[in-house]
Amino acid sequence: MLQKLKFYWTMLWRPSRHFSLAFLTAGGFIAGIIFWGAFNTGLELTNTETFCISCHEMEDNVYQELRTTIHFNNRSGVRATCPDCHVPHDWTDKIARKMQASKEVWGKIFGTIDTKEKFETHRRRLAENEWERLKANDSLECRNCHNFEYMDFTKQGQRAVNMHSTALASGEKTCIDCHKGIAHSLPDMTGVKGW
Amino acid sequence: MKTFTTIGFTLLLILSGLSAVTAADNIATLRGSAPLNQEGEAPPMPRPESNDQKRKRNYPMQPPVIPHNVQGYQVDMKVNKCLSCHARKRAEESQAPMISVTHYMDRDGNFLADVSPRRYFCFQCHVEQTNAKPLVNNTFKDIDDILAEEGQ
Repeated sequence: MLQKLKFYWTMLWRPSRHFSLAFLTAGGFIAGIIFWGAFNTGLELTNTETFCISCHEMEDNVYQELRTTIHFNNRSGVRATCPDCHVPHDWTDKIARKMQASKEVWGKIFGTIDTKEKFETHRRRLAENEWERLKANDSLECRNCHNFEYMDFTKQGQRAVNMHSTALASGEKTCIDCHKGIAHSLPDMTGVKGW
Repeated sequence: MKTFTTIGFTLLLILSGLSAVTAADNIATLRGSAPLNQEGEAPPMPRPESNDQKRKRNYPMQPPVIPHNVQGYQVDMKVNKCLSCHARKRAEESQAPMISVTHYMDRDGNFLADVSPRRYFCFQCHVEQTNAKPLVNNTFKDIDDILAEEGQ
């Protein structure tokens, strides 16, 4: 076994005997394109709502809750899908989040939240994960659409203006500090700041 | 005698039946003019008023109407969205009116530390004010009007 490994190792570090440099370069280049394309296509495929709700855990719980909210159903017909809020749009952040999501595959395999009851027992923890993530990145996924720079206070309600022009404008608070549970049902909020 | 009574009753029944039929055409119902075997057209959904302006209460104990949109407000065993602004401990930060002290009392008048369970479900008494037109005329008179009338 070790002998074999050694053989391949030395082979890798010797110049090729049969293939030309041009073939190897071009071949590597094309293989690289194919690999990269496949990787990105696969990544984008997992970044769709259809993929998310292909698991009943998502479809029966959080997706049904979303359907009644303004981010799904509204006058102008613009809507947010799961990855719009739950996956960062920048590539590096997206990869980081996708790596974290391998934990969710684990959860899926072992059925951590495969019944309504189990989901409800974990709801607070799951919600806290998302609140923390959004707090840490200054509600980036909210701001991908809701840009503070373009908010017209004269078109907002008085209460909204009071909050947005003070706490939000000064950076003292971020979207998720007040807007919790806007797309999904809230867990028991005992002890959560502001509730 | 007996036959007369029977005939009299029959006539009475027919007459009352006839009058019921004629009256049915004039009765104002919530169905409008849609026949019984057909579904009427639904009126447009009224819009909730959302101007944060307090309305006058029609009588002192009327639960005040909600002057803002409450669509999707979660009020259940886990959480009460209304209380996240209107609770005693939240009113300072939110500057929303605090729910009255009666909401912290049990039915024997003892004060509790938190909202009384019987007052927990806000929408049981407090509703949104929409711009819907009243379906029937309201003959309610404010107590002040009654007192003023009596004073004349």
